[in-house]
Amino acid sequence: MGSALLEMQGIVKTFPGVRALDGVDLDVRAGEVHCLLGQNGAGKSTLIKVLAGAHQPDEGEIRWQGEPVRLTDPQAAMRRGIATIYQELDLVAGLSVADNVFLGRERSRFGLSRPTADHRATAALLTRLGHPEIRPGAEVGSLSAASQQMVSMARALSQDARLIVMDEPSAVLDNEEVERLFAVVRDLTADGVAVVYISHRLEEIRQIGDRITVIKDGATVATGLPARETPTREVIALMTGRTIEYVFPQRTDRAATTAAPLLEVEHLSVPGHVDDVSFTVAPGEILGLAGLVGSGRSEVLEAVYGARRPGGGQVRVDGRRLRPGDVAAAVGAGVGLAPEERKSQALLLGEPIYRNITLSSLARFARAGFLSGRAERTAAREQTDALDLRPVDVDREVRTLSGGNQQKVVLARWLLRDCRVLLLDEPTRGVDVGARSEIYALVRALADRGVAVVLVSSEIPEVLGLADRVLVLADGRVLADQPATSLDEHAVLDLVMQGLPTHTTEGHVA
Amino acid sequence: MSEHTTTTAAPAKQPAPTGRTTSGGGLLAGPVGRNLGLVVAFALLCIVGVVTAGDRFASADNALTILRLAAVVGVVSIGMTFVIIGGGIDLSVGALVALSSVWATTLATQAMAADTHWVLMAGTAILVGAIAGLVNGVVIAYGKLVAFIATLAMLAAARGLAEILANRRTQIVQDQDFLRFFAASPLGVPMLVWMFALVAVLGWVLLNRTTFGRRTFAVGGNAEAARLAGIRVQRHTVALYVLSGVTCGLAAVMLMARTTTGSSTHGTLLELDAIAAVVIGGTLLIGGRGTIVGTVLGVLIFTTLSNVFTLNNLSSSAQAVAKGVIIVAAVLLQQRVAAGRRQRRSPKALPPTAAEGAPAGASPGVPAS
Repeated sequence: MGSALLEMQGIVKTFPGVRALDGVDLDVRAGEVHCLLGQNGAGKSTLIKVLAGAHQPDEGEIRWQGEPVRLTDPQAAMRRGIATIYQELDLVAGLSVADNVFLGRERSRFGLSRPTADHRATAALLTRLGHPEIRPGAEVGSLSAASQQMVSMARALSQDARLIVMDEPSAVLDNEEVERLFAVVRDLTADGVAVVYISHRLEEIRQIGDRITVIKDGATVATGLPARETPTREVIALMTGRTIEYVFPQRTDRAATTAAPLLEVEHLSVPGHVDDVSFTVAPGEILGLAGLVGSGRSEVLEAVYGARRPGGGQVRVDGRRLRPGDVAAAVGAGVGLAPEERKSQALLLGEPIYRNITLSSLARFARAGFLSGRAERTAAREQTDALDLRPVDVDREVRTLSGGNQQKVVLARWLLRDCRVLLLDEPTRGVDVGARSEIYALVRALADRGVAVVLVSSEIPEVLGLADRVLVLADGRVLADQPATSLDEHAVLDLVMQGLPTHTTEGHVA
Repeated sequence: MSEHTTTTAAPAKQPAPTGRTTSGGGLLAGPVGRNLGLVVAFALLCIVGVVTAGDRFASADNALTILRLAAVVGVVSIGMTFVIIGGGIDLSVGALVALSSVWATTLATQAMAADTHWVLMAGTAILVGAIAGLVNGVVIAYGKLVAFIATLAMLAAARGLAEILANRRTQIVQDQDFLRFFAASPLGVPMLVWMFALVAVLGWVLLNRTTFGRRTFAVGGNAEAARLAGIRVQRHTVALYVLSGVTCGLAAVMLMARTTTGSSTHGTLLELDAIAAVVIGGTLLIGGRGTIVGTVLGVLIFTTLSNVFTLNNLSSSAQAVAKGVIIVAAVLLQQRVAAGRRQRRSPKALPPTAAEGAPAGASPGVPAS
């Protein structure tokens, strides 16, 4: 274990309405694999971006090899030797491997590029990484995800990186590829390179990690824990022990679960994402879908809604079968979706609030195709009043609203349409603490009016606190279907983190 | 997205319409300002016309001349406005005008029209335009071809077909009733100008007062959000290209009346004039935003410009240069205004390098799914 390479102290980063980082400490030594753990939304991504120079911290100190530094932009971080391999690989698909490795730093002589030199240097890097089979001239887009990751690594090495940040590198890899990745990581650390490793899979951390830092709600809750010896229970407790308690509305006493199901999903499958998922939701019931990113949660919702064409299975609303892959038909049958990416998938950001709210109900405000702006505004105002949406001015552009109010606009759209099945994908992502409780109360109120709600969230307490029944998904399959009250956060985390059929061969599972 | 709708229904106590322009930036900040900028540009152009050409410019006759010249490109530009707001582009409009004019003036069509009524000729032109637009729309929306490519192909094919039909000869319109009808000047204003005005008004109503218009903004502004809101995006995209085709057919009728011919060379480079007028009218080439009023002003600015140049005996080459300068200046100004607005509204928005730069250069394809 080497000397301190990087020390971050009291890092604070705020965005309008959100305190994303609220006092993070992290110290990384040369030659170690330092694991960063935390739930979704804990602030890991923001921290990485601060480290990569993409965000500037509002407060706090960063010391690099003992000296205070300011990483004003990604180039500054790169010059110090900090390289980041993002989850979404930032490679140019149409360029060759060598071109990607040296992108922005192409070697040239007299203004002419020197492809042979680049190729030779790239081949040497890839050999060092144990992947001599990747040809420097190959087009990056034609490579597997694992090989693309190696190209990113080669790029990091070509910059003489002293610290490599890897954001969930195993998410796109199969078992064998993960093993090879680990071999590469071990070689790198033997050379004195430090790695900050982010993963949701505890067993991986036990295999490859040296020390663990846990962050939660934007602050470090534990640092320097030994990766192999710390019990899983303790790690999970650190990750989940909340400082902020959300107020969840009282569950309605649902003795009448005998009601005929409103939404029936049978043997739904989406090739590569969802494998034979069946469930029903009764009117007034909230069904939560829990699982990791990539477990098929969102894909289930999209397939039900018709936004994604299912490979098989059927969806019925009130006994009537929905035409697969037809959103308009689903909307016509009374289904509404609040999608995961609100801004890109749900809202017309440059349009006023009322037009966003009436978008799915235009026919109601039209006579022979002619819209009545007055009727639209009145109806939209009724909704915004009911949802306590601020500002009250329905002519304001949606762009100017906070995350919580934007989500209310999406919900108002479906309320106005009197939808009977509401699909919510991460309804509180990017929503501040105060507005969360309001949205929870709203969803419960909708259920009490007889709407069948399906809720997807990566925040397990949210699913457990809000839903009546929980479906735990992993790798596109249902692992458990139980009343929410019979589960707790640890049980769900145990299921989704350890119930995965992959990586169990190593026997490091605690 | 228009100033007209916001002002009418908002209760008096709400500061709704002014809220957009209060935070600095002055007159150029809102969509109102964007059109106001065009009005100012148009006024300046007129002043230049009066100063350089005097009464020859500032006469009722000359005004009507300008309007008559503006009519054909104006009608096509209205259709183009819809397509571009809907996130697409139609490069085939000039070729469709040629094809429609030729098809409507073939011996067979004219013979049928002679037996029945000249309306048949006009109907043929519009129908041909509509069908070609339908082909464009289907290929783009369902075939998932980029609009630029699909309509470029139509541009080549339609003009080629027009040449085959006409055998490269100019076809004379024989029907005197047809010519007489369109040569009339009710209330002293030429029929073609009436038609342009009618199309512009109908276009404005369609865009700002109907579900069709609202959906056009939605589809062009965020196709994915529109789809997930339950709008049938593909069907709507087809309708937009059909609409553009219909305006081409109408423009063909107007051109047949003005030139008394149908020809495969009609409407050459009309697509560029139409796109230029739409773009300087403030419609974003990436879709989701635009106004009919802006397009009309854009058309008028270009036609007045060429009128002023002609009156001063300047060459058409000089006109072309001036046109190019105006397009660049107008779009640069719009981007400044748009960027300024974005920054004031969301202080943590993406750095300008990432968010800007795209509008003008982005390939205007239609996200078809």
